[in-house]
Amino acid sequence: MKANLKNRLCSKNAVTLYFITALYLVVSILVYGGWASRHLSSMLISISCYIAMAVSLNLVVGMLGELSLGHAGFMSVGLFAGCLFSIYTVGTLPLIVRLPGAMLLGGSAAALAGLVVGLPALRLKGDYLAIVTLGCGEIIKNVITNLNITGGALGLNTSTIYSGTKTLLPYAIALVFITVLVMMNLKKSKHGRAIMAIRDNRIAAESNGVDVTYYKLVVFVLSAFFAGAAGAIYGHSFANVKAATFDYNMSIEVLVIVVLGGMGSINGAVIAAIALKALPELLRDISDYRMLVYSVLLILIMLLNSSPRFADMKGRWSIGAMYKMLRYGRKAAVETEVSHGHE
Amino acid sequence: MDMNKSGRLVPYPSGAFIPERDLGNMPVLEARHLGIDFGGLTAVDDFSLTIGRTEIAGLIGPNGAGKTTVFNLLTNVYQPTRGNILVNGYSTAGKSTHQVSKMGIARTFQNIRLYSNLSVLDNVKVGLHNTLKESFFAAVTHGFGYGKAERVADSVALELLDFFSLADLAETTAGSLPYGAQRRLEIVRALATSPSILLLDEPAAGMNPSETAELMENIRRIRDNFHIAVLLIEHDMNLVMGICEGICVLNYGKIITKGTPDEIRSNPTVIEAYLGRKGASETC
Repeated sequence: MKANLKNRLCSKNAVTLYFITALYLVVSILVYGGWASRHLSSMLISISCYIAMAVSLNLVVGMLGELSLGHAGFMSVGLFAGCLFSIYTVGTLPLIVRLPGAMLLGGSAAALAGLVVGLPALRLKGDYLAIVTLGCGEIIKNVITNLNITGGALGLNTSTIYSGTKTLLPYAIALVFITVLVMMNLKKSKHGRAIMAIRDNRIAAESNGVDVTYYKLVVFVLSAFFAGAAGAIYGHSFANVKAATFDYNMSIEVLVIVVLGGMGSINGAVIAAIALKALPELLRDISDYRMLVYSVLLILIMLLNSSPRFADMKGRWSIGAMYKMLRYGRKAAVETEVSHGHE
Repeated sequence: MDMNKSGRLVPYPSGAFIPERDLGNMPVLEARHLGIDFGGLTAVDDFSLTIGRTEIAGLIGPNGAGKTTVFNLLTNVYQPTRGNILVNGYSTAGKSTHQVSKMGIARTFQNIRLYSNLSVLDNVKVGLHNTLKESFFAAVTHGFGYGKAERVADSVALELLDFFSLADLAETTAGSLPYGAQRRLEIVRALATSPSILLLDEPAAGMNPSETAELMENIRRIRDNFHIAVLLIEHDMNLVMGICEGICVLNYGKIITKGTPDEIRSNPTVIEAYLGRKGASETC
């Protein structure tokens, strides 16, 4: 029992959690100590939401192996559902109940949208599914833009529920932790294995007794839920939200994060989300060439990511490998990395 | 060999032939007048087969005879146009492939279909999918019985892997296994679903004679240890004649004859199907 606990505390998953904890600890000290610039603190909520979205999209793209381009749509369903809940309860509920409530409601609304879109769409595969989800994302955007309750084209006035980074950060951290933990745990379970089996070989998975349609739907609903919950927090960091902001460009941005982080890798998605959201801000000083540098860097990283030699190097210098090296010595670390190379 | 001796084929009440030792039991698999049309083409027609509880049966025939199509019909990958299938006495009509797997049919594929990015152990654990009691909630929290379920799965999977001397490779990625080990892993994964009949699609393809001999031994061990039936498609006649108790010969989607290896070997229509009319007259 004791050995079991020790193993769990020292596993690769735990290392990722330590890494995120350390990162947030530093950031929290900076924010609450008053040392963070307005620049940094304004980015934090957005980065956290993108981490949650990327990690949840990773479930669809990386683990199930299906291309979804409607993630921004699910996020905006969660955003508007959560913000509306918050606006109507702002006078009655304290923040500590209101915000988790908004996240839960936003997540559930998005999950419902995921179910409605998923039921017909999951009969499709590959490019066809990508196009259908892209269309669904746009439909969601247009429906929200034309509803009176969400403020129409002018956008929803969220100034009454607007909160600063200092207020929102604990909730954002909780969301990131829960999302990452759920995805990691799922990956190492019966259900996660079934999902990855579908990705690797659908026909074999079916003949092994895996209900493919059921799992595809579960994946869609679960990933929409976390996107929706992230959306609910995201909405609270603006004074006004327009559905038009969350179009397919945002879906593609999240997809780029997932692909950049290495499909199926949760660590990768976290790191890529931080890097990709922070990069444009850091490049603000050379604002004329900002998008140019950003695109060139993206292309370079993609080229590197597809090179086997770089993958080998990445495996050797990853957090997990470093940790193993410290724990078991250099030789053991290299050996285990070779056998886990494809994970 | 005691098992082989009682494997003498005797008539079952329905008129089909099954091994003597299985007579008291219900047949594990009964296909009745199966047929499927693809557009205007009749790929398989009037296919009837009865397999005893612990029988090793073979399905042979020239290329394109419809052998793999029969496997796809038996596992409901294709829904049959005509006829019905009984597994342990229950009809599989209208069931989907994963439900048929739960009813007790497991299969391997002609072109190996492993989960190549998962470890060898995880491949087998996917096979254990339906026997593993692990709720979704337990899976995302890693509590509430998760640890126990995974420990059971690990030990069962390792035991199965050990049976086929793959236990040392448990942590390896399945895609990087050598060819022979990949074929064995596919069989292990199929066995993990605890089937009552195992369908093997050309298990000896690409193997050398010593590997084939080992495979024959493994197939016998599967039957004797797990007490299940095996139906195999194979072109290697030494293997088919060596281990099968009953053989069914298929040509142009139709059964041309059924019988014991000795009957099949000397059957002129079988020789004709394989060698052509002229070849048949030369051999006889």
